Amino acid sequence: MKALVRAIAIVVVLILLNALFTGGLIPGFSISPYFLQIMSLAGINIILAVSLNLINGFTGQFSIGHAGFMAIGAYVSAFLSITFGDRIQALISFAPESVQKSGLLLVVLAAGAICAAIAGFLVGVPSLRLRGDYLAIVTLGFGEIIRVFILNIDAVGGARGLGGMPRLANFFWIYLFAAATIAVVTRIVNSSFGRTLIAIREDEIAAEAMGVNTTRHKVISFVVSSAMAGIAGGLFAHYLMYVHTNSFTFIRSFEIIIMIVIGGLGSITGSVLGAVLYITLTEGLRGFAQYRMVLFSLLLVVLMIVRPGGILGHRELRDFFWRRHRVAAPPPPAVSG
Amino acid sequence: MTTFFQQLVNGLSLGSIYALIALGYTMVYGVLRLINFAHGDVYMLGAYTGYYLSRKLKGDDPSLGGALVVMLGAMLVCAIVGVIIERFAYRPVRRAARLTLLITAIGVSLFIENSAQLVFGPDPKFFPSLAPRADFLVGGVRLTSEQLTVIAVSFILMVLLRFFIMKTRTGKAMRAVSFNLDAAKLMGISTDRIIAITFALGSALAAAAGVLIGMQIPKIDPLMGIIYGLKAFVAAVLGGIGNVPGAVLGGLLIGTSEVMVVGYLSSTYRDAIAFGILILVLLLRPQGILGRAQKEKV
Repeated sequence: MKALVRAIAIVVVLILLNALFTGGLIPGFSISPYFLQIMSLAGINIILAVSLNLINGFTGQFSIGHAGFMAIGAYVSAFLSITFGDRIQALISFAPESVQKSGLLLVVLAAGAICAAIAGFLVGVPSLRLRGDYLAIVTLGFGEIIRVFILNIDAVGGARGLGGMPRLANFFWIYLFAAATIAVVTRIVNSSFGRTLIAIREDEIAAEAMGVNTTRHKVISFVVSSAMAGIAGGLFAHYLMYVHTNSFTFIRSFEIIIMIVIGGLGSITGSVLGAVLYITLTEGLRGFAQYRMVLFSLLLVVLMIVRPGGILGHRELRDFFWRRHRVAAPPPPAVSG
Repeated sequence: MTTFFQQLVNGLSLGSIYALIALGYTMVYGVLRLINFAHGDVYMLGAYTGYYLSRKLKGDDPSLGGALVVMLGAMLVCAIVGVIIERFAYRPVRRAARLTLLITAIGVSLFIENSAQLVFGPDPKFFPSLAPRADFLVGGVRLTSEQLTVIAVSFILMVLLRFFIMKTRTGKAMRAVSFNLDAAKLMGISTDRIIAITFALGSALAAAAGVLIGMQIPKIDPLMGIIYGLKAFVAAVLGGIGNVPGAVLGGLLIGTSEVMVVGYLSSTYRDAIAFGILILVLLLRPQGILGRAQKEKV
């Protein structure tokens, strides 16, 4: 009940904010389209960062191919809404047009998410069975391969990119899905399933000794994370109304990693903070575009040396404000004598 | 049949390049249990060092002596770069969690790639020819002098490496460190020095690969290390990561199968083949061809 009230409250607030920003609430007041776009893209990055944190931060496995799953979601949903958009809308032709469009968006996003999840399963099963850093290299390879494959499929535009889908996503939808992603990941992490993931992160052998099927848990966590990246891709495609494989290179994957590492691996609010910080910094440093990635990569190395946990570490923002939520600090190691 | 032998020669010469890079991955993995993501970028730096050195030496015609100077110079520069990377990026986090080490490696790789784009410019450069070239026809198979050089130089370097690891005191210490770092330390081996030497050796081999690829495919760009590094890593995993002969075997196999796929199927799948092999290896024989399965210990 409490959750339902909270969900309705979020929807209402987002509708109001969307109206306010686009000038529909107070006549004569709206924010610039540039700023609105930055905020919307930041929302997509929040989805990407929070979902990647589920596998990288909470499960302790290292994936660097998030952009590949995002690409699958973007291309599948864009292809569907271009090719079958009219027919899907016709199914619910009795409803008003805005409802039709929302329905279409939900359908194509779901399709994109499912395809990304299937890809995540196919990549995850062979690489997650093993311990160690194989997932990193497999996902890096996969991200590049999927890009090359898309580039060679003429039905989705190949090197020309894919355009012509309707602008179904906006500030409201992006932040609705961002909120949903945060809610889902929070619920997962606080469930017994999530505790198991954290146990795997802390000590895989001990978790296995406790009877945890580690491969199963890792694969499920990876598939969920991939599906969310697919949704982010679908929103990205239907917000910009054009996608090109150049948007999904490994550079994009590394950007998402930088966001979650800056914010803190294993902290949901940290990921949100990292995503917002990253967008703010990149936009602020637009004049120094060529030095930007050099700076960020240097920051990554220095951060690992001086503060490997990122800004928040494993903690959430609220842990700093309400003491009762604070996770108990681990006891000091016993001195054996 | 002639086509097959032609493809085989092409594959072996590409495979030797992968093998040289894979050796660096496998040696570093052996001592630190770390996938050195920056290794592919060291290879790129080797190619660029070779490019600038040969531009500097230009004026006299391509000669064997000049080629040797370029090769050794690039190897020396990259050995120093490798030691610097180890000293300032990896050593401070060596005792930290493995994830921390991995992220540091990714950070170093990104740093080198982006700095290289800044310093060298993002456009590809064309490697000058280093040695006089000639083609030989053996039974209908065309052997270019570049291919022969690549295969010969890689072979010599691998034999030297084998000798170094198996016959010298330092090589013995390297094997000890890769067997058990802490025990090696207790036996009085200066592990820091051995790890630095491992990085220097691996980076020098990568630099040699960079110069050799410059001779064969004379187009170099700042991001060339990513895809070659990835394939070389797959080669190391295929042969058995941490296993030196395995890396050579894996490199030759990956190179040959890549050339065969391009020759007989389609060049579209050029980059997909290594990845497909990796998935198969992980499913069927995760320890690699020559590797031994390791028991998990607490």
